[in-house]
Amino acid sequence: MNVIEIKNLVKIYNDSEVKVHAVNGIDLNFQEGEFAAVVGPSGSGKTTFLNMVGGLDQPSEGQIMVGGTHVDQLKSSELINFRLRNIGFVFQAYNLIPVLTAKENVEFIMQLQGTPKKEREQRALELLKKVGLEGREDSRPSKLSGGQQQRVAVARALASKPKFVLADEPTANLDSKSTENLLDIMEELNKQEKITFIFSTHDQRVVNKARRVITLEDGKVISDVNRN
Amino acid sequence: MIWSVSWRNIWRNPVRSGVIIAAIAVGMFAGVFTTTFVKGWMNQRLEVGVETEVSYIQVHHPRFSDNYDLKMSIENGKAISEKILSIEGVDGASPRIVLQSMVSSAETGTGVKIIGVEPEQEKTTSNLYTYISEGDYFESVSRNPVVIGQKLAKKLNVKLHSKIVVTIQDANGNITAGAFRICGIFDTGNNMFEEMNLFVRYSDLRNLISMNEGIAHEITVHLTGQDKLDRVKSEIAAAYPVLEVQTWKEVTPELGYLNEIGDMYTYIFTVIILLALGFGIVNTMLMVVLERIKELGMLMAVGMAKLKVFGMIMLETVLLTLTGGVIGIILGVVLTMITSNSGIDLSMYAEGLEDMGYAAHIYPVLETKMVIIIAILVILTGIIASVYPARKALKYNPADALRIDM
Repeated sequence: MNVIEIKNLVKIYNDSEVKVHAVNGIDLNFQEGEFAAVVGPSGSGKTTFLNMVGGLDQPSEGQIMVGGTHVDQLKSSELINFRLRNIGFVFQAYNLIPVLTAKENVEFIMQLQGTPKKEREQRALELLKKVGLEGREDSRPSKLSGGQQQRVAVARALASKPKFVLADEPTANLDSKSTENLLDIMEELNKQEKITFIFSTHDQRVVNKARRVITLEDGKVISDVNRN
Repeated sequence: MIWSVSWRNIWRNPVRSGVIIAAIAVGMFAGVFTTTFVKGWMNQRLEVGVETEVSYIQVHHPRFSDNYDLKMSIENGKAISEKILSIEGVDGASPRIVLQSMVSSAETGTGVKIIGVEPEQEKTTSNLYTYISEGDYFESVSRNPVVIGQKLAKKLNVKLHSKIVVTIQDANGNITAGAFRICGIFDTGNNMFEEMNLFVRYSDLRNLISMNEGIAHEITVHLTGQDKLDRVKSEIAAAYPVLEVQTWKEVTPELGYLNEIGDMYTYIFTVIILLALGFGIVNTMLMVVLERIKELGMLMAVGMAKLKVFGMIMLETVLLTLTGGVIGIILGVVLTMITSNSGIDLSMYAEGLEDMGYAAHIYPVLETKMVIIIAILVILTGIIASVYPARKALKYNPADALRIDM
């Protein structure tokens, strides 16, 4: 079953007299449970493409359907709500609210969704256990290593029970051991929870782990390799 | 959790927050203490004005106030003052003979208002007898005693038991004079009042001007509280429609204005302080927002509504402002409570203050209404100061915010 359907996606920037086709006609589908990496050099349109998939930007042309919803047609205020309930994010940095503990950071998303206190506390503890942070629930981000912080970010991304998780260079600031730990956890969660993971990455280790690798260049898909 | 996040965010940079909180605390301390100080000062003036000088209500012949003509008297003034005593809320009524006269000593002379009183009745409407600093209140001198103000005594260069001469026009239009001996000197701290008024016995003055027993130019009425003012005035006016009945607010309107102006002045002062502090708060919160662009971008990206982000920044600002405000208000209240007992000595400025009718020893007064208004003003300042930084926080597109180099 397709979680994401993308048809003829185009993004044009009119910053100067020259029009820039940052994304120039992309057709892609993502199924439930995929573990995919989107790669490409700087200027390939990778960031723009993923911003649109993540509901952070609107396309100039084309369609994005997530779980049956036309994301491309949503208004700005509707997009915020859509992201809250359908997409989990793991960023390269600045993932966590520094003044909240690990548990509170995971709960935060659920509180935005209106989840009752007891339920969100329970789920936060469960998720932190799944990412191997049992016992560190009450630590603030400053007391956690980079790898541990990213694991909290993964737990938070899953807390909202999203249709898919978008991870933008999640391993960029990590050492190799932390990267391996993080990827193992994400792969495990992908298999357990059957949630689609889409990575934007330059990291070969992530590419190696991915079961599908999509390569972009000049705003188009130049290769789409499925290793299943 | 937004409350928790906002409160904790304030302390991310404790030094910066501490500085702005301290600034607000000092500002609010100044605002509160100035308010209580001025209130105490005005209240003292008002109290002295009412309790010592004019009393709560005065009754006159309707044309007496035109030019203080001694013929414009209340024929049965003494009897009316007895009847007024029976009105609920009245705890004192005193008939007076009031005339303009000249008073002179061996050295000099000056114009004054001479007031003939029944001493025991006068004590029920005026506490002047409590301000006797030398001598007594019509006790020691048996023949033509006079009580004068310290300022007038200095002006005439007389002292206790000195003789002064009062020159006056009697009921028949003749100029007459009488010698009086000083039995008491009062010091109210109001130089104007002390210089312009002297007090003699009703009977001595009546004899001097050859008027009938029982007349009065003025009946002063003392009440058990300010809340009874309008009702008692109405009752007296209804009982004696031919007479002019005035409250202290009508006799000396400037006393009432003083209180109102005093309140208004101190609130304006507080608003000005808050306005100045507001710029500091805006500056601090702008720094906070600019430092946290990526974090705010992340929050909006994961699905925090713009209104909630706006609310979070606003809440942080209000909490920051309120923290400083509460500390400042508490400090102001504590100092007021201390000084309301001990008083603040401004005697180095005594001469100037007393010339204007103000005491040199001030006792600040705390009113709950005042503290509540200042607290509300503090909250409003926080809210208004938060608008610009909060709007700035929403300006960034989440995707762009996450990519800003910091």
